[in-house]
Amino acid sequence: MTRLRLPPELLVLLAAAAFWTTPAQAQENVDCLACHTERSLTGTRAGKTISVFVNEKTLAGSVHGPLPCVACHADVAGKELPHGDDLAPVDCGSCHAEIAALHAKSLHGKAIARGDPLAPRCTTCHGSHDVLPKTNARSPIMPLNVPFLCGKCHQEGTPVTSQRTIHQDNILTNYSESIHGEGLLRRGLIVAPNCASCHTPHSILPHTDPASSIARRNIAATCTKCHAQIELVHRKVIKGALWEQEAHVLPACPDCHQPHKIRKVFYTQGMADADCMRCHGRADLKSSRDGRSLLVHQDSLLASRHVRVACSQCHAGVNASRVRPCETVVTKVACSSCHAEADSLYQTSTHGMLEAKGDPNAPSCSECHGTHGTKGRTDPSSPTFPPNIPTLCARCHREGKKAAVRYTGEQHQIVEHYAESIHGKGLLKSGLTVTATCTSCHTAHRVLPRADSSSSVNPRNLPQTCGTCHHGIQEQFQKSIHSVLVSKSGKPLPVCSDCHTAHTIQRADATGFKLEIMTKCGRCHEDVARTYFDTYHGKVSQLGYAKTAKCYDCHGAHDILPISDPASHLSRQNVVGTCQKCHPGATRRFAGYLTHATHHDPKKYPFLFWTFWGMTTLLLGTFAFGGIHTLLWLPRAVQMRRELQAIKEQQRRTQEPS
Amino acid sequence: MTQSPPLPAASEPEVLRFSRLNRTLHITMIVSFMSLALTGLTLKFSYTRWAGIVSRFFGGFESAGYIHRFAAVIMFGVFVAHLVDVVQIKRRERLSLRQLIFGPGSMLFNRKDLQDFVGNIKWFLGKGPRPHYGRWTYWEKFDYFAVFWGIAVIGLTGLMLWFPVFFTRFISGWVLNVATIIHSDEALLAVGFIFTVHFFNTHLRPEKFPMDIVVFTGRMPLEEFKRDKPAEYEALVKAGTLDSYLVEPYPDIVIRAVRFFAWTALGVGFSIVLWIIFAMLFDYR
Repeated sequence: MTRLRLPPELLVLLAAAAFWTTPAQAQENVDCLACHTERSLTGTRAGKTISVFVNEKTLAGSVHGPLPCVACHADVAGKELPHGDDLAPVDCGSCHAEIAALHAKSLHGKAIARGDPLAPRCTTCHGSHDVLPKTNARSPIMPLNVPFLCGKCHQEGTPVTSQRTIHQDNILTNYSESIHGEGLLRRGLIVAPNCASCHTPHSILPHTDPASSIARRNIAATCTKCHAQIELVHRKVIKGALWEQEAHVLPACPDCHQPHKIRKVFYTQGMADADCMRCHGRADLKSSRDGRSLLVHQDSLLASRHVRVACSQCHAGVNASRVRPCETVVTKVACSSCHAEADSLYQTSTHGMLEAKGDPNAPSCSECHGTHGTKGRTDPSSPTFPPNIPTLCARCHREGKKAAVRYTGEQHQIVEHYAESIHGKGLLKSGLTVTATCTSCHTAHRVLPRADSSSSVNPRNLPQTCGTCHHGIQEQFQKSIHSVLVSKSGKPLPVCSDCHTAHTIQRADATGFKLEIMTKCGRCHEDVARTYFDTYHGKVSQLGYAKTAKCYDCHGAHDILPISDPASHLSRQNVVGTCQKCHPGATRRFAGYLTHATHHDPKKYPFLFWTFWGMTTLLLGTFAFGGIHTLLWLPRAVQMRRELQAIKEQQRRTQEPS
Repeated sequence: MTQSPPLPAASEPEVLRFSRLNRTLHITMIVSFMSLALTGLTLKFSYTRWAGIVSRFFGGFESAGYIHRFAAVIMFGVFVAHLVDVVQIKRRERLSLRQLIFGPGSMLFNRKDLQDFVGNIKWFLGKGPRPHYGRWTYWEKFDYFAVFWGIAVIGLTGLMLWFPVFFTRFISGWVLNVATIIHSDEALLAVGFIFTVHFFNTHLRPEKFPMDIVVFTGRMPLEEFKRDKPAEYEALVKAGTLDSYLVEPYPDIVIRAVRFFAWTALGVGFSIVLWIIFAMLFDYR
């Protein structure tokens, strides 16, 4: 179906034409269709060739079916057929004048006037020859279809959202998940509001425009079109008619019920915090069940992030008509009523699963976030402020504490180790709040054991997790032979933690790290690590000399590739350059030094093998000769010693008398 | 043959056997050799706990490496000084090349050495008298040439490992691996041989107990000279030049200092031998 696209420069013509043409004098539709039912018929507009085919059936089925063609294509009226090209655009306003006026004042109309090529025209929403009434299920403006009609432009990824300033994001997604969207789209309630219900179909205006249906002063009226008498359940907020009378001083609907994201929460009617604090402000208020204090500190509440959240929003189930409204409260506070996303993550985490099982050790939201005094993670006094997180987690995960006791894995002393690690030092000593804390790797709400394939610290996901900060490294690593994306060997592959450890991460330029890397690589590459230690580099590294060539000095650290890969540091093209990093002036011959040589392998290294055994034979021969010679000599030497002593003794005796 | 100028009765006459230069060279070589052995063996046996301790004693591997190379330069110096000395002796004593090589003072093996060796074995087995050794016995000559050979082999391979970039302009890289094996095994031979066979043959023979320090003092008692180098003694007596070799013994303090040095060297040497045996038996790879 062709849609008429009106080039903006013709708008003026269009408007002028609307006044002097009348549909009275017209050719019969059959005259037009004689030509225009030809599928291949084309014409031109503004120099562009366009199809001018009209589907007779579609036209007949549309609301405009009974109208003559010239009623809309007014400039053809009375002309000789076949008419020329470049007809004036159809002016819907010639019949729908009121609507056209509204549209012209709207955001969309103004955009058309500006010549915005993305601006929607009548036909964009209503179609051209196929205009259908909104009661028709196939009509794009049928209520069920409206969100998708608007969503054509107002959803992520479209030119409109990316190129025009739209203050809301994910509009279509949010709407479809809201209570309105759910009513319309899932339950098929066509009375549920769609886009046009709030924004109006034609006079769509920004909320900053006082005339807009969603302007602050009008929004209540817009919402109450459906939510009649909603003020009755918002009595504390609106004090009767204040809401409408003094809209500028009172919260408007979207202040609590965000546009497009209108939550599916039952807001308890009519409770104000002051009502609660009448009792809960008293220090002697105790639970009748377990005697714990039920005092709520107003100060902590006021300093909290929930300062604007009413008591009854969290403590759901109050009944305002009771003397003690809270006596009807039977459920615990469900943070999920607002923090649905965090809660759904939490439910799948180890913490959440334990909690679901009723484990007394399981941390609930309040364990980490606190209760009335809860603060955001940007507040330095919050336990979830990054530098405080290790202490927070340590409450249970320090050695001997309840989480550490039930843990059976390999990680121990994690709190102490973390504090000594490069991350811990960065966070706790250098005060860098951007440093990785517990939650940076383990996530805040979806904490899962490493063995869980969807855990953020599962080997499969770890490069991604570390890569959130170390992005450049992740990019290198993913191209390396150690990456699951590259290696198809099926052998177990190392991830970040295999070399860097989990909680004892050191700076890679620390001597300790440098010297440990060989044993780490050697866990998988046993042979080469052993033979490395037989050569000069390995021997001096074993004596604690960190400057010598270690695995990664030659093979690369994160960008390790097989030697056969031309991009490898040790490929034929690169190996000399790699040696030259430490040995300036090294040549290709120099690179022939066997860095993993052993004299125990006669097949691979015959020269070394035979040199070694030649030298060993020389050694054994010499020692055997020298040893036997000495041993034979020993008895004679002892005998000589005795004789000499005897002579000396004799001399002494002969001299003594004299 | 009588001692014509009667020496003071207090001190027995002693025969000067080693020149001052030779004594200095031997002491220098001991220090250099010990340093080379200790620092080098840390590398050869780097996988033992011992190696780490010794390496740290030298201030870590890096400074141990500098000491090793410095001591090697000293060793080359000793070698060159000795060669210069030999040439000067040849000039001073107006010896022909033939006399230098085949004369009684020559370090080269000759027929008498073969006879002495056979005679010695017979003596060991109780089948003959003790041979009449000359100025240099065959085992002394063997030790001397072991050093000659050792300096050549260990020195050359050592230079290759010291300057690999330079040497690989002429040789292939894998030759350095071969050089490593030769350097280290030849050094092991030298260390092992010096600290066992040489120690026994020349310093610690039971009849010399507690120690023969002639190489440090350069002097040996005339009686001992008569007994140990009878052929030389007879030759000197025959030529009538014995007197020119007789000297005063060193005072006690010097002897004590020499003994202290010698025992230290022996101690270090034996420790090294024990370390090598330990490493070979329990840690070898």
